[in-house]
Amino acid sequence: MDELIIAGQAFTSRLFTGTGKFGDLTVMEQALLASGSQLVTVALKRVDAGHQPDNLLAHLRHPQFRLLPNTSGVRNAREAVYAAELAREALETNWLKLEIHPDPRYLLPDPIETLAATEALAAKGFIVLPYIHADPVLCKRLESAGAAAVMPLGAPIGSNRGLRTKDFLEIIIEQSKVPVVVDAGIGAPSHAAAAMELGADAVLVNTAIAVAGNPVAMAAAFAAAVQAGRSAYLAGLPVAGTRAQASSPVLAFLDETVENNVAN
Amino acid sequence: MQTHSFENIFRQYDWDTVKNAIYAKTPADVENALNKPRRGLDDFMALVSPAAAPYLERMAALSMQLTQQRFGKTIQLYAPVYLSNECQNICTYCGFSLNNPLRRKTLTGAEMLREIDVVKAMGFGHVLLVTGEAWQTVGMDYFSRALPVFKQHFPQLSIEVQPMEEEDYRALKPLGLHSVLVYQETYHEEDYKKHHPKGRKSSFGWRLETPDRLGRAGIHKIGLGVLIGLEDWRTDSFFTALHLDYLQRTYWQTRYSISFPRLRPFSGGLPPKSIMSDRQLLQLICAYRLFNPDVELSLSTRESPRFRDHLVPLGITTMSAGSKTNPGGYAVAPSSLEQFEISDERSPAVVADMIRSHGYSPVWKDWDDFGA
Repeated sequence: MDELIIAGQAFTSRLFTGTGKFGDLTVMEQALLASGSQLVTVALKRVDAGHQPDNLLAHLRHPQFRLLPNTSGVRNAREAVYAAELAREALETNWLKLEIHPDPRYLLPDPIETLAATEALAAKGFIVLPYIHADPVLCKRLESAGAAAVMPLGAPIGSNRGLRTKDFLEIIIEQSKVPVVVDAGIGAPSHAAAAMELGADAVLVNTAIAVAGNPVAMAAAFAAAVQAGRSAYLAGLPVAGTRAQASSPVLAFLDETVENNVAN
Repeated sequence: MQTHSFENIFRQYDWDTVKNAIYAKTPADVENALNKPRRGLDDFMALVSPAAAPYLERMAALSMQLTQQRFGKTIQLYAPVYLSNECQNICTYCGFSLNNPLRRKTLTGAEMLREIDVVKAMGFGHVLLVTGEAWQTVGMDYFSRALPVFKQHFPQLSIEVQPMEEEDYRALKPLGLHSVLVYQETYHEEDYKKHHPKGRKSSFGWRLETPDRLGRAGIHKIGLGVLIGLEDWRTDSFFTALHLDYLQRTYWQTRYSISFPRLRPFSGGLPPKSIMSDRQLLQLICAYRLFNPDVELSLSTRESPRFRDHLVPLGITTMSAGSKTNPGGYAVAPSSLEQFEISDERSPAVVADMIRSHGYSPVWKDWDDFGA
């Protein structure tokens, strides 16, 4: 059984999903179910006390979904800690996707505030999954600070541009002692498969599913792609080369020569 | 520390030169703007120019794509709550103008609660508090009392009131203030003075610098706009885009929104100088979206139901619904004089159903105050 373990919790699905941008909450629910996802992010700022119509949480009450509140909207570590405590109370979970992006245009994460918040939140007993730039050194620092996983971006969030940070993701995956979840920029199942083939432990997908023509079918496509990419990684991908390689090795005769010499 | 000022940028531009440049744009300029992955102010000029009119279909398709990618299939909903119609300004286009004889009304704390009950029951998590500009009655003391009352019931509070000092904004932020809307009305300085002959609002520069004060005070979101109809809308919109561009570079942590109020009939009003058609308003909305994929674009109930319905997927991110534009309009004094006549009188529930019918999700709440 190929399970992903984060903070002692086992996941059989390596596709994590988001809940933003969907045009219909029922369709969102069906898409999340079709994805097979077991970890679903929820923006705390969208969670209401229950008096509003279109209640997001009402569509997420499935036993297979572990909710991962995110801190979207905070601008520094202090706000992130406060939001995390609100999330723990509102959603009864100490799991947290830490997002600190003070720039509201590109939503790029602030590495300095993210590291400070990770240290503070891990000390308070939170299971912290920080969303960060694909910075290998920062990932190691976050690991030391107590992050349960790291979530480097593949491209700017919502851009659907794929693995623009591939060179750095490879280093992060090679070096990391905690799970690596590629988050942001994954716009097609092929991108998700590519991330899994690199050796990422999981991917998080939201926009590409939410704004697809058929979100439910797209979620299923992502599930298949993640599975395929993971299977390929486990099977041991052949190294890509620039020249043709004969499938019958040219030096096979050497072994025979040695044997002949021994025999003589 | 350097203090930034938009006025320094603004003074580098001449209204007539900008206007002539916009009207001189060619189809080739529009094509060039449409084919770029990122568009600047010169491209915005092309997109709001008459030359862009035949390209509206293509602009709308691009606008829809960009908006979906950035905001998803969602429309944020909010309700305006008018707290007062008292005003010390004379404005040639406004129902609350000092020289307009009407019964003035400012809500008391108890009356606020009655309004809150009705608006909250509609489902809103975001309200825009609106007043006239009357420093004595609706100044800092009043706002300092009103904001905490509303904050107990609504996670997101915006205000549209008189421009204030930076320290005033700083003081209101911990009370729950999230966004401030301040429309320049027109960037044509001479015409501005004609339309605002009396009161603090007559100071063009003081108003122009308000977003800078908001930015320095760290207010989360700043709303910009002009009153479409006071002057040439293409030129006024260019200056709005210029202002937005400057603000985003300077106060990079702040969010921005643009509104498109078109002059509507009101009691004692002036007819619009320039008329903008529905087609032109759509062109402007698409131009803003192509120029800036991240800016929030808001459409009020000034617009007709049919027009609002069709605009849901084309670039708009935010809508008001069920609006009352008079103080106490929801419960306390439903028949008091409105600031302007609304066109879309449907209930919030009906508007939300309309949004859903387009395959979009109405968002009633999109903010929590994490300021601790």
